[in-house]
Amino acid sequence: MKPEELTAMAEKARNQDAHFSHHIHVCTESGCVSSQSDVLLKNITDEVQRRGLKSTVCVKGVGCMGLCCNGPLLKADDTMYQSVKPEHAGTVVESLAGQPVAELVCDTKQPFFTRQKLIVRENAGRIDPENLADCVAHGAYRALLKVLTGMTPQQVIAEISESGLRGRGGAGFPTGLKWATVSKAGGKTKYVICNGDEGDPGAFMDRSVMEGDPHRVLEGMAIAAYAVGARQGILYVRAEYPLAVKRLTRAINQARREGLLGHGLFGSNFDFNVEIRLGAGAFVCGEETALIASVEGKRGMPRPRPPYPANSGLHGCPTLINNVETFANIPAIIERGGKWFATIGTEKSKGTKIFALTGKIKNTGLIEVPMGMPLREIIYDIAGGIPDGKAFKAVQTGGPSGGCIPAEHLDITVDYESLTKLGSIMGSGGMIVMDETSNMVDVARFFMEFCMSESCGKCIPCRVGTYEMHELLDRICKRQATMADLSLLKDLCDMVKQTSLCGLGQSAPNPVLSTLRYFESEYLKLIQSSPTGLAEDGAKHVALEVLS
Amino acid sequence: MNTFTDVEIESITLRIDDKDVSCRKGETVLQVARENGIDIPTLCYMEGLTVWGGCRLCMVEIAGFPKLQAACATVCTEGMNISTNSPRLENYRRIIVELLLAERNHVCSVCVSNGHCELQAMAIKLGIDHVRFAYRFPHLDVDNSHDRMRMDHNRCILCSRCVRVCAEIEGAHTKDIKGRGVLAAIIHDLDQNWGESETCTSCGKCVNICPTGALTHRGTAVGEMTKKTMFLPYLTLMREAQP
Amino acid sequence: MTTSTPKPTVATVWLDGCSGCHMSLMDLDERLITLAGLVEVLHSPVVDQKQFPQQVDVTLVEGAVSSEEDLHKALIIRARSKLVVALGDCAVTGNVPAMRNYFDRSDLFARAYVENAQEPPTPAERQVALPVVGVPPLRPHATALHEVIKVDMFLPGCPPPADAIWYVLTEILAGRTPATTTVSGFGR
Repeated sequence: MKPEELTAMAEKARNQDAHFSHHIHVCTESGCVSSQSDVLLKNITDEVQRRGLKSTVCVKGVGCMGLCCNGPLLKADDTMYQSVKPEHAGTVVESLAGQPVAELVCDTKQPFFTRQKLIVRENAGRIDPENLADCVAHGAYRALLKVLTGMTPQQVIAEISESGLRGRGGAGFPTGLKWATVSKAGGKTKYVICNGDEGDPGAFMDRSVMEGDPHRVLEGMAIAAYAVGARQGILYVRAEYPLAVKRLTRAINQARREGLLGHGLFGSNFDFNVEIRLGAGAFVCGEETALIASVEGKRGMPRPRPPYPANSGLHGCPTLINNVETFANIPAIIERGGKWFATIGTEKSKGTKIFALTGKIKNTGLIEVPMGMPLREIIYDIAGGIPDGKAFKAVQTGGPSGGCIPAEHLDITVDYESLTKLGSIMGSGGMIVMDETSNMVDVARFFMEFCMSESCGKCIPCRVGTYEMHELLDRICKRQATMADLSLLKDLCDMVKQTSLCGLGQSAPNPVLSTLRYFESEYLKLIQSSPTGLAEDGAKHVALEVLS
Repeated sequence: MNTFTDVEIESITLRIDDKDVSCRKGETVLQVARENGIDIPTLCYMEGLTVWGGCRLCMVEIAGFPKLQAACATVCTEGMNISTNSPRLENYRRIIVELLLAERNHVCSVCVSNGHCELQAMAIKLGIDHVRFAYRFPHLDVDNSHDRMRMDHNRCILCSRCVRVCAEIEGAHTKDIKGRGVLAAIIHDLDQNWGESETCTSCGKCVNICPTGALTHRGTAVGEMTKKTMFLPYLTLMREAQP
Repeated sequence: MTTSTPKPTVATVWLDGCSGCHMSLMDLDERLITLAGLVEVLHSPVVDQKQFPQQVDVTLVEGAVSSEEDLHKALIIRARSKLVVALGDCAVTGNVPAMRNYFDRSDLFARAYVENAQEPPTPAERQVALPVVGVPPLRPHATALHEVIKVDMFLPGCPPPADAIWYVLTEILAGRTPATTTVSGFGR
C-alpha cells in the first residue's frame, strides 16, 4: 500500500459513514457475546432491514465498552443501553426517532465512565474490529505510516524511551530500553513476539484489546519490528481465546491483502509479516523463555536467564517480546509523541493502565485509568464500592503472582512502585476485590492451587514446593495445623521465592506472604481453633483425634 | 571450547568462598568451582549435556546480584565474589532434597540403587535425618516393557538427564516429559511403553546417567545397580576433538 | 541429665517394622554388657515387662505407625518419655510399611485375603475373610513417627548399624546431641 492509499481508504470510509444519520454499536466481545449480544446484533440488523432503514442507520459490532457486568452494552447514537436482550432489538431501533428507552439507559455520566482515560481503548466501542476500513477511518496504521515515511529506527526508540512506557505484562521493564537492547543486538534475523498468553485468574485486559482493536496490536508490532530491525512477528495467543484468535487472524489477512503487512510497506524497504501461534493452555507460557520454547515447538518450559531473549531468543536470534497492551500503546505514543505520553501518570509509571475489575464490587468490567490513581478512587468511585452494604477487606492485584492489599492501604496510588512496596505487583492488571466475608487463608490456598497445577515441573522448588505449600494451607484451612506447620510454611515460601527458576515459582508464594503480612491473625485463629492448635511441637492432627 | 586448536584465551579472575581463582572466558561458576575443588551440589547438571537449571541445588550468592544464581547457568565475569555454602544456601538445599524425598516413593532400603544413588548420597551429605513435609505417596507405574531396562517412576526426580542424553548424545530423543507440576513424568515416544518405542536404540545411556534407581538394568536386586557415567566425558572429548 | 533412678532409664519399642533395628541393637554384642551397666532397660521386646513404664528417659522407637494400636502406643510413649528417638527408616520415613500407601486399604485386603487365598473364597466367606475382630484396624496410611508425635531425634538407616546406635546412645548419655547423619543414612 502506498501512503496516499491509506488516506484514501480512511476518507472513503468516513464519507460512507457520513451518509448515516444514526449509529447503533453493539458490543461483540466475549463478555457480552456470552449474554447473547451476537443474537442482539443480528436482530437489530434484521430489524433495520425490515424497516427499510438500511441506508440511514449504521449497525455495527464493536469492542468492549467496559461495564461488563451490565452487558450486553449497546450504544444508539449518544445513548448507552445496558442489559439489552435480543428481544429489545425492535424497541431500540424504534427509539432512534423518538425518546430513549428509559428502562435500558446506562448513565454515561457516572464516575465509571468519566474518571477513565482512554488511550489503548480509545477506539473500543467505536470501531468494528472486523472491518479494516472502519479501523483505518479511526486512525489505524497512521502511526506506522508516520514511522515509515519520516522516522529512523533510532528516532522511534528515542520516542518510546521518552514516553517512559513500561512493560504492561507485569514486571514493568522500560520498553524503550528493551527495544534499544534488541536493536543493538547483532545478527541478521530478529523477531518480534507479542505475548497474548494472558492467564491470570480474573484478568481479561489483553483479550479485550485483541478482540476489540486487533489492528492496533499489529500496528504496534510493525512499529517495534521497524525499530529493532525485525521482519517477522509472532502473535502468541492462548487457544482459550477463540474470538481473539478469529479477529486477529482476520485482521492479519486483511492487512496482508491491503499491503499493510508484507513487502515494502508504504513504499519503504521495510518488510513485515505476522503469524499467529496458539498456546495450548499452559499458564507458564506467559513467561518469555517458556513462550519461545513453545513457539519453537518444544515443551513450554522456561530456561535460565541470561541469556535474555533480547540477545538470544527465538531460534537463538535476538527477540523482542512485549505484552499486548504494551504494543497497543505504541501507535498513540508515535502519533502524539513521547512527551505527551509522559505527562500522563506518575513520575516513574507513565501513561494509563487497563484493569479488569472483578469480585465483590458493584461495577465489574474493564477500565483504563491514568497510572497513579488512588486505589480508593478505583474501588469506590469507578467500581462503585462493595455491594450489599458489606465492608471492603482486600484487593488482590497481579493475579497468582501478586498480593492482597488491605483496607488500611486503600489510599495508595496505583503504580509499579507503590504496589511493589506493599508486597503486591501491578502484574498484568487483574484486580479482585474481596469483602469482609472472604477468608484470606482460603484466598491464598486458591492461588496456590492455581500455581501448583500450572507449575511446569521443571524446577523442584516450584514443582514440589507449590504442592507442599498448598498442602500446608489446606491443613490450616481444615483446622488441622499446628504452629510448627505455620513456621514450615514460612520457610517454604522463602525458599521457593528465592530459588525457583522462573517468575511463576519466584512469585508463587506472594499470595501467602502478603496475606500473612496483613492477615496473619486469620491464620492464627484457624490454627488456634484446631484440636492440636496450641501444640508447639510437631504432633499432628491425628494425635488429639484419638486422645479425645 | 576447543582444546585442540590454538585459541586466544581470555582469562578472568574471581573469588569463590574467599578463594581467588581464575578461569577462561565463558566458563560457568560451577565449572570453575569444581576445577578448584569447591563442591557445589547438583542433581540435574551433567558435564557434556546442555544446562538444565532445574534442581536449584547449585544456587549461590553473588555479591551485587539481587537474586541467587544457579551456578550451572551463570557465566563468570571479572571480579565476581561468590559464596557457595552460606547457612542460608544450605538450608535451601536441605529443603529442596526433602521436597524430592516427599514427592515420590523413595524407599532406599529396597531400591536396586541403594548405596549408589545420588539422591540418597545428597540427603546424607546435607545431613537430612527426616522429611518435614507431607509425603505424597503417589501411585506410579513401573515400565517393565523393555527387555533389558526398566523405568520405575516411583524413583524418578525429573532431572531430565535421561531426556537430554537421549536427545543430545544418542540423537534418538525417545524420552521426553509430559504433564505439569508434580504430575509431570518421563515418557517414551508418544507416551508409549518403552518396549514398544520405535526410536529407542537400547543404547542404555539413560540408565547409566540416571542419578537414582528410576532407570535400571533388569535383573538387578537391592543395591546391585551401579552406574557408569564415564562414557559422557569421553564422548564429549571426542566430539570436541573433531575438526 | 537428671534422672529419677541412679541410672538413666531406656525403653525400646517395636511398632510396624521387621525387628531389624532391634537385631542391630543386639549386634552391639559385648557392648550390651557395658550398656547394661550404664542404663536400666525398663521395657523392650527383649525384656519381660509388658506394660510401658510410667516414665522413661530415652525411648527408641522402631517401625512405622500403621495401625490404631501403633498410634495409641506412640501417644503413650510421647507422654511418658523425656526423649523419643525414631530408630531406623520405618520410624523415620515410613519406609517399607508405607509402600502400601499407594493403594486403598480395601484393595490391600482384597489382594491379601481374597486374590491370594489358596482356594478362592466364596462370596459368603469373603465377608469373614477380612480381619476385623481381634486385630487393630489399619490406618489409611502407614506414616513416620514424627507425623503423629513430636520426635526429638532421628536415626535413619535400614537398619542403622550397631555402631551408629552405640554412638547415639553414648552421645545422649554424655549429654550431647549426636550428629546422626554422620553415622547412618536412609537405606544404609
